[in-house]
Order: sequence, then structure tokens, then C-alpha cells
Amino acid sequence: MASFFDLKARQAAAASACSAKVAPPKENNRLQPWVEKYRPKSLDDITAQDHTVTVLRRTLQSSNLPHMLFYGPPGTGKTSTVLALAKQLYGPDLIKTRVLELNASDERGISIVREKVKDFARMQLSNPPAGPAGIEYRKRYSCPPYKIVILDEADSMTQDAQSALRRTMETYSKITRFCLICNYVTRIIDPLASRCSKFRFKSLDSANAGRRLEDIAANENVDLEDGVIEMLLRCSEGDLRKAITFLQSAARLVGALQAKKSRPKVGGTDDDAMDVEITDGKAVTVRSIEDIAGVIPIATIDRLLQAMQPRNKGSVYESVAGVVTDMVAEGWSATQVVSQLYDKIVYDDAIPDRHKNKIVMTFSQTDKGLVDGSDEHLAILDLCLQVAGVLGER
Amino acid sequence: MALLVDKHRPRSLDALSYHQDLSERLRSLAQSGDFPHLLVYGPSGAGKKTRIVATLKELYGPGVEKIKIDSRVFQTTSNRKLEFNIVASVYHLEITPSDVGNYDRVVVQDLLKEVAQTQQVDLSARQRFKVVVINEADHLTRDAQAALRRTMEKYSPNLRLILLANSTSNIIAPIRSRTLLVRVASPTETEICQVLKKVGGKEGWKEVEVLNKRIAAESGRNLRRALLMFEAVHAQNEIVNDSTPIPPPDWEALIEQIAGEIIAEHTPARILQVRAKLYDLLTHCIPATTILKTLTWKLIPKIDDALKADVVRWSAFYEHRIRMGTKVIFHLEAFVAKFMYLLESYLMEMDF
Repeated sequence: MASFFDLKARQAAAASACSAKVAPPKENNRLQPWVEKYRPKSLDDITAQDHTVTVLRRTLQSSNLPHMLFYGPPGTGKTSTVLALAKQLYGPDLIKTRVLELNASDERGISIVREKVKDFARMQLSNPPAGPAGIEYRKRYSCPPYKIVILDEADSMTQDAQSALRRTMETYSKITRFCLICNYVTRIIDPLASRCSKFRFKSLDSANAGRRLEDIAANENVDLEDGVIEMLLRCSEGDLRKAITFLQSAARLVGALQAKKSRPKVGGTDDDAMDVEITDGKAVTVRSIEDIAGVIPIATIDRLLQAMQPRNKGSVYESVAGVVTDMVAEGWSATQVVSQLYDKIVYDDAIPDRHKNKIVMTFSQTDKGLVDGSDEHLAILDLCLQVAGVLGER
Repeated sequence: MALLVDKHRPRSLDALSYHQDLSERLRSLAQSGDFPHLLVYGPSGAGKKTRIVATLKELYGPGVEKIKIDSRVFQTTSNRKLEFNIVASVYHLEITPSDVGNYDRVVVQDLLKEVAQTQQVDLSARQRFKVVVINEADHLTRDAQAALRRTMEKYSPNLRLILLANSTSNIIAPIRSRTLLVRVASPTETEICQVLKKVGGKEGWKEVEVLNKRIAAESGRNLRRALLMFEAVHAQNEIVNDSTPIPPPDWEALIEQIAGEIIAEHTPARILQVRAKLYDLLTHCIPATTILKTLTWKLIPKIDDALKADVVRWSAFYEHRIRMGTKVIFHLEAFVAKFMYLLESYLMEMDF
């Protein structure tokens, strides 16, 4: 109780509490996902998507912007592009008041479109700070007289919510621009699509994506084994975000093992020391990437293929069933088995096209079954036996 | 008296008897202070849960073992009240959202946001975040998974998720790419034998190696099942030796019987008899998928090689139908009828 009235002690306590609070952000920074950390800061940082970037850069100068619709496969930089654009247009001070970002995790029913989006759209424009600071600010950022509403993952919005947007987009077009981002442009209703200028984002080419990954690895002091970049690109199928996340997980594993080994030497939980220790040492291996991505080793798939080949003595069933049971027990996910087996078979020139036709049909059925949640063991066994049956045909 | 499975469950990462490199990896992740979201997957009885509990202990110390069960009430948008059980310690929560069926989204959104927005109160706690373990994550609806995805990024300072699933097939890609995938493979038969030997030693039972091997083979690389069988054998027999029979569960015995009957006679009357038995199984809460799968495995060794592929194909087909349809008995019977037809026509051809 005495300390309650002791002002100095309380101040000291408050100060220490404050300093305790200051420490975490540094740590947070380290824990930040690399995807966020290495988002392009400006349009110039965006490597691929030349066409879109040139068009957008022109809008930076002209202070006019159409409604936009970005579409393309995941991880190609749609969100990054629009965020970089917003940053360059408004700068750090204005971006909070001028940009509204909504994505699928926020409730986005028709009521939200009517209230939140509409309210934001009709709000008066905020101004850059007055005085000399403001003039300086205006020099650096163009601050055009409109706000931007970013609707991320717009293809998961309901039809009703989309049609509620139509009129809103037109009415407030003087002071508000909309940017819709989606994977499938067909899910956006026509009236909306026709109000926007469309930008297609193509899959990243491996040269660009590879360079980006190398940059990040160099920045984070992660040693990469030869072939890791190729493996990352192959596992992620053109999705740069996935590739970066895989890289981070792999680095984490290596780093964690390393930190543990070095800990007795440091003899404490000193964060800084740990940071340094983590950096050098073991490299990220191809195997660890495979592990993280859940990719089945090629040897296992080959064994399965081998078992499916037609043979004279012994039954195909026994060998296939054996391998499949093993694979299920090992815990490999069925969708992964299906997609890797598919890649193997489709690119196998030894199989005649006539057979491939039939095989692809069974793949389609199995995939549908798996998506509907049918039993994996049965589904995979069925698939393999049918494929084996087709292969055995003359 | 607790079952062997619970009694001798390893409580810490050191005590785990197989997948040493995985334990090592989990330990180093837990100690590094940079603990990612995890998605742990593998077949049942492989030891996923055991490993997670051990990892939690490594993270927070013995405090995680003091658990209590909370009952919470959630309100859906249509004002329905949902009761939901949470197993919690001071440091972690464990939930099974698929308990509430279609409303799992509400639980995931409300509960996780609530947890995520409150910081760890206990200043002496080792970690600043709380861990939420989500069981049966592969049964989460798409909506619930979509709701998870942003939560995982936004609240990562206060919250770590551990998702447990049997397979990653039903987990949407965005979640998979945000978590560290950890695969827990089933133990091999030798590993099961070792565990049985260890447990038997602790109980003071005489070791019968051949019997242990048979149990391991019979269990289908499912450790939990192997331990239960092991206990059953020892509970039923005073003295066990190499040839002591392993009693199958009674539902399996019944399915075995059904398989025999289907093979023996292919008539509508027989289908009627089988139907009674199938209903019997269903009323005892044996899942239809399990019935169909077990029936298939029992039928396959009894038939000719040429038929096996077809039988598996139709089994998979009807299993899919069971998932999609509402009344399972139709599909089970359809499979039985189909099988009879296949076998009969195959035998007819043989005759000519």
C-alpha cells in the first residue's frame, strides 16, 4: 500500500513497464512473416507484370485512375501491386484515411457493402497536413483527390453483395475508386466487371521468382544448397507467396536446430546473441524443402508405378495393395499422391495416348471423390488398380 | 484403472520411442522462441496427439498438464444457442469445432478472436502467445477455414495454432501454405513390438515375442489399436503363449461373418439376412465407411485375382455415395448386391 502513494516508485515502475513494452517490437520484426516483410515497397520493385506496372505508373503522373479489376492465380502479386500503388500515391500519413481494405476474413455480406463501404465511399477526402510540412509531403506523394477501396478476394463475395456495389461505384466515382482483386474473373458479375479496367496477372516466370528468392535468402543470411531454388519453384507452382513461406519454414527449422546447438555455448537466452548464431551454419537442403511442402519422395512414387506395371507372374493387386497400404500408413496425403502420380503418368512417353485418355478419366473421378471427402485408402487403391488395369490392356 | 494406452502414454518429448528426428525437430522449434503455426497430419494411432502434448509441455513446462473442461455457449446469427466444450489449461486451449457441425465458423471466429485479442496475463509464462489446438481440422467447413486464414496472420503475436488432421486433402491451400506441415507416419511393426515389450515390462507381464509380432501385424500399424489388443489378450488369458488367439472386436467378427455369407450364396433372401446384420452394426454406431472398408478387406482375400480390381472400384464408388447421400444403408446394400452380381457373373463365365 505504501508504494501506492510513493510517486517516484510508481513512475519508475511505469517507466520500466514502458521499456519492457519497447522491447517486443524488435522481436516482432524478426517473427514477421517474410511475405509481409518483403512485399514490394513501390511499383519499381515489382519485377514481373510489366504491362500492368507501366499502365499504373502512368496514372501516378496523371492523377487519374480508373476502377480496377486485378485477376490471376494466387501469389502473383495482385495485392502487393495495389498496396504499393496506394503507398506511392498517399504516403504513410494519408494511407490510413484514404484506403479501405476488406478481405474474405472480414464479414462481407450485403449489409457491410451497404454500410461500411458506402459510408467510406461517401466520406469527405482527408487532406495532407497544412503548412510547410504539407507542401513537402505533397511534393513527395501526389495525393490525388480520390480514395481507394480495395476488395481483396472479391470472388468470394456473394452475388447480392456484388450487385449492391454497382450503384455505389458510380455514385461516388468522383471521390472514390474501387479495386477488386480476385482469382477467377468469371465469378465477378458482368455489371461490375464492365465498370472496371481489367488487368491480368500472369504466373511469374521462374527467372524472376528465383531471383527474388535468392535476394531474400541473402538478406536473411540463409545458406541454400544447390537446387533448393529450383525445388522451391517446382513445389510452389508459380506461387511466389508459397515459395517464400516454404523458404521461411525451412530456414526456421535449420535455424532452430542451429540455435539449439549453439545455446550451451552462449549460456543464456540472450536474444541478440541468438540472432547472430542462427545465421551461419547449416544450409537449407532440398530434402527439407520437400518435407515442408509435403512432397512425396520420387523413389516412393516410382515404387508405386513399378507395382502398377503389368506382369506375368504374381498378381498386380497384391503388389499395388502393398505399396498403397504402406503409403497410407506413412501418412502421405491423397491429393498429393494423385497430383504427383498424374504428373508422372502424363509426361511418360512410353504410355500410348489411347491409354492416357482412359487414365485421365479415372484421375478426374478420384479427385472429385477426394474433394467430397471419401476415404483416402479406398480412393487411392481404386485409382491405382484402374490405372494398372488400363496399362495392362493390349 | 486406466487403460494401458493412457497409463503409459509418454508425457515428454524424451520419452517418445520412435520418430526421434521428428521429436528433435519439435523440441528445437519449441525452444527457439520462434514457434510457427503447425499442421500435424498422419493416420490415426500414429501418435500425433501425444507428440503435440509433449511439445506443449516443452513450450510451457508442466503447467499445461493441469487441464479443466469449460462449457461455453455461443450464439449463432439465427439466435440459436450452441453449447461447446473447451479443454483448457492456463496456457493453451483445445477445441474440436466439428462437434458443432455447420456452425463451426462461429466458434472459430468468436473464440479465436477472443483468445487472440487478450495477451498472456501470467508474466512469468515462458511464451507470450497462447496455443490453440484444433482437433479434426480436416472436418472444418470451408467457411471456418477461410475465417481462420486471416486470423492466423493478424494475431500471430498472441496466438499460435496447432491443427490436427488425418490428411491434408481437405485443408484449403491458403492454410496449408501458412503452416509448417508436420507429417507423423505410423510406427513400423518392429517399432510397435518395441513399445509392446516396454509396456509389458512395466506391467510385469511375461514377454511373448511371437504374440507381440502377431499383434503388430494385426493392428495395421496403428499403435493405439495394438495396445488395446495387447491389453485385451492379457486380460482374457491368465497365461499367454505364442498361439493365444487375439480376440477381434465383435463388430469385426460380425463383418467377417457377413463376408462369408455373401460369398456363400447370391440370392435376394441372403441380402435380406445381411441387411439385418448391417442394421445391427449401424445401430451400434459403427461408421458406415468403416463397415464398407472392413467388408471390402474381408472379401478381397476370398475372391479371384481378376475380380479384385472391380470390387475395389465399386467399393470406392459406394463409399463416395455414402459421403454424398443421406441414408447409408442403401449404399451398403447396393454394394452387397453389386458384389453378388459380380461374383455370380464371373462364376457363370467360368462354367462355360
